[in-house]
Amino acid sequence: MTQLTMAKALNEGLRRAMQDDDRVLLMGEDIGKLGGVFRITDGLQSEFGAARVVDTPLAESGIVGTAVGLAYRGFRPVVEIQFDGFVYPAFDQIVSQVAKLHYRTGGKVRMPITIRIPWAGGVGAAEHHSESPEAYFVHTSGLRVVAVSNPQDAFTVLRQAIASDDPVVFFEPKRLYHTKGEVDLDAPLADAAPMGLARVVREGRDVTILTYGAQVQTAMDAATAAEDEGTSIEVIDLRSLSPVDYRTVTASVRKTGRVVVTHEAAREAGVGAELIASVTERCFNYLESAPVRVTGHDIPYPPAKLEKYHLPDLDRILDAVDRVMDRPNSLSGPAEDLSPEAAGRGAAVDGSVA
Amino acid sequence: MVHTLTPAAELGVDIDDVARLLTADGERIADSALDPWIADVDAAQLQALYRDMVVLRRIDAEGVALQRQGQLGLWAPCTGQEATQIGTARGLRADDFTFPSYREIGVVYARGARPSDFVLSWRGEAHSTLDPETMHSAVPQIIIGAQTLHAVGYGMGIQRDGGDQVAATYFGDGASSQGDVNEAMVFAASFGAPVVFVCTNNQYAISEPVRVQAAAPIAGRAPGYGIPSMRVDGNDVLACLAAMRWAVAHARSGAGPAFIEAVTYRMGPHTTSDDPTRYRDAAELELWRTRDPLTRVEAYLRSRGEFSDEFAASVQAAADDMAAQVRAACLGAVTKPAMSVFDNVYAEPHTGIAEQIADFTAYLDGFAEAEGEVAR
Repeated sequence: MTQLTMAKALNEGLRRAMQDDDRVLLMGEDIGKLGGVFRITDGLQSEFGAARVVDTPLAESGIVGTAVGLAYRGFRPVVEIQFDGFVYPAFDQIVSQVAKLHYRTGGKVRMPITIRIPWAGGVGAAEHHSESPEAYFVHTSGLRVVAVSNPQDAFTVLRQAIASDDPVVFFEPKRLYHTKGEVDLDAPLADAAPMGLARVVREGRDVTILTYGAQVQTAMDAATAAEDEGTSIEVIDLRSLSPVDYRTVTASVRKTGRVVVTHEAAREAGVGAELIASVTERCFNYLESAPVRVTGHDIPYPPAKLEKYHLPDLDRILDAVDRVMDRPNSLSGPAEDLSPEAAGRGAAVDGSVA
Repeated sequence: MVHTLTPAAELGVDIDDVARLLTADGERIADSALDPWIADVDAAQLQALYRDMVVLRRIDAEGVALQRQGQLGLWAPCTGQEATQIGTARGLRADDFTFPSYREIGVVYARGARPSDFVLSWRGEAHSTLDPETMHSAVPQIIIGAQTLHAVGYGMGIQRDGGDQVAATYFGDGASSQGDVNEAMVFAASFGAPVVFVCTNNQYAISEPVRVQAAAPIAGRAPGYGIPSMRVDGNDVLACLAAMRWAVAHARSGAGPAFIEAVTYRMGPHTTSDDPTRYRDAAELELWRTRDPLTRVEAYLRSRGEFSDEFAASVQAAADDMAAQVRAACLGAVTKPAMSVFDNVYAEPHTGIAEQIADFTAYLDGFAEAEGEVAR
C-alpha cells in the first residue's frame, strides 16, 4: 500500500495502462510538457513520447473525433477534456459517433475510448469550470459512465475503463485531486471488483444514501453525524452511473426502507431521478417513506463565492435524512404542539370562547 | 500545388475556374498540373472508369425505383456526381481507408461493396452492412462532416504504425461550414496526417445554394490551414483521377494532407423525399445536363475509335446485372428478429441491457403463448 493523492493515482493508472498496452495513447489540451492543467499526465510525455501523449489543437470535437478515427485504426485512445464545462463542443462526436458506432456497424467496429473529465465544483473555479454533466452521458446508450471517489478507485477503475472495449466517460472529482488515500499499486487488475459494481462504504440499518464522486465523503460525514443522534446510515458509492449496480442498491434499500440520493448535479431529470424511479419500481413494497433527493439547485452553476449555497452539504443531507425518517425537518413546518396551553392560545387567536 | 483561384468566380454555375482534362464535349485538353498524373491512363483504363460510372448510375436509378416502389424508405441519389466519386475512389489503393458520407455510393462501390450494401440500410434493415475491415472503409456517415475528423484520426494512426496508407474523406459543400470539417483540417495540418479531403461541391445542401456556405471558392480555404488544394471539374473523371493521384501522392509521401474541391452538380433531389423544383429552375438543370460526366467520356472514346457497339453492350450488361443483384438483395431482405435490437449496444456484457432483454423477452413470450408461435 502507498499513500497517494487522487491526482497521482490517476497519473499512475495512466502509466500502467500505457505500459500494459502499446495501443493506448493519450490526447488532450496541454497534457504534454505541462502535464495537463491538473498535472494528471505529468511526466508521461517524456516517458512515452509525443506520439503517445499528444498535445492536441484546442478543439474538443476534434479531440474526440480524431480519437474515433484512431479507434477505427485499432488504437485505444484516452482523451482528456480539460474541464467539465468544455465537453459540450464534443457532444455530437460522443453521442452520435463514440456511443453508436459499435451498434451501427453491427459490432464490427469497437470504440474503446476513455473520455476523462475533471469534474464538478467546490474548488472556487471560474464559470464553466465546475459543472456536473453526467446525466447527459448516462442518458446515452452505448456509453459507460463512471465516477470515482477515492485514490484507489481512481487508479483501478481508470485502468479498467481503458481496458474496456466499450467507450467510458470517466468523471474525476476535481476537489478530491489532492486528497490522499491508500493505493495498492501491485494488486492484479483481474482481482479488482468489476468496474460496474457499487460499493457499500458504510453499513447501516435506517437509511440508504446513494451517491458518487466527491459527495461520497460528504455523505460519510453526514452518516457520522447522524450516528450521534442514533440514526444508522448505509452509504453506497455507486462508482458506475451507467450501468447502475441495482443488485447492491436494492439489497440495501430492502434492508433500510428509506432512501436519500445526493449529487452535485441539478435535480431535474438528473441521475437521482433515475435512481429513485428505479428503486421505487424495484422496492416499492419495502419503502417506509418517499425517497428524497439532495442535489444542486436547478440553476446554472453559481459564482464561486456562492457555490456553498448550491452544493449539497452535510446539513442538507441530514435534513433529508430527517424527511425520510418522518422527523421534523425544513419542509414539515413548526412541530405540532398538542398541549392544553397551546389549545388555549389557539382559541385566543381566533377569538372564540374556550 | 494550388490551382489559381479567382475570388470573384461564380462558385458553382460558372465552372470555368477549375482544372479540367476533358471538356463537356469530350475534347481532351492539356493541363500541365494534371497531365503528369494520368500519363499512364490508356483507353482500357478510361473504359473501366466509364464502366464504373455507368454501373453507378444504374445502381442509383435502381435505388430511386425501389424507393418509389415502396421497397426502400429513402434514397439519396448521386446521379451527376459519378466522375467525382469514381475518379477519386479509383485513385486510392486497396489498403487506403475511406470515410464517405451517405451519398458516396460510387465510393463504397469502388471499395468493393456487395449489392446488398447499397440498399439494406435505406430499407431500414440495418444501420450499415459494410465490413470496414475488408473494404477498408468506414461506414457511411450521416452526421454532416463528422467523418472528416475520423479520417484525420485514422491518418494519425497510420503515422503511428509507420504505414504508407492514406485516409480519404468525402464531404459536401454544406459540410464545409461545419466546425468538424474545419477542426479536421487544423488537426491534419498540425500533425501532417496523411489525409485527402475530397469536398464534393454539388451546388446544393438540400435547398441552400453553395453561396450560402461560401463567399469564395471552397478550395481556397485549404491553403489557409496550410493544406495545398486543387479545384477540379467534378464532372471530368480524368481530372478527378489526376487530382486524386496528386493528392494521394502528396499525403503518402509524408508531406501531410491535401484538399480537392470537385465542382459538380446533384442532378437529382437531395433525397427521394425532396422536391428540388421548389428551389432551382429547369434551365440550371439543363445547363448541367450538357456537362454530363458520362457522355463526355463516351464522346472522347468514340473520337478515338474506342467505343464499339460491343463495348457499349458489355457495359450495359454489367449495369443491368448489378441492378438485378441490387433489386434481388432488396426484395430478398429478411428483417431481423425483434430481440436483435439489443445486439451490439455494448461490446461487453452490460447489466442494464441484460435486464431490458429479459423484460422484453418475457413480454414477447406472452404473445407467443397466445398465438402459439414464437414472436421473437
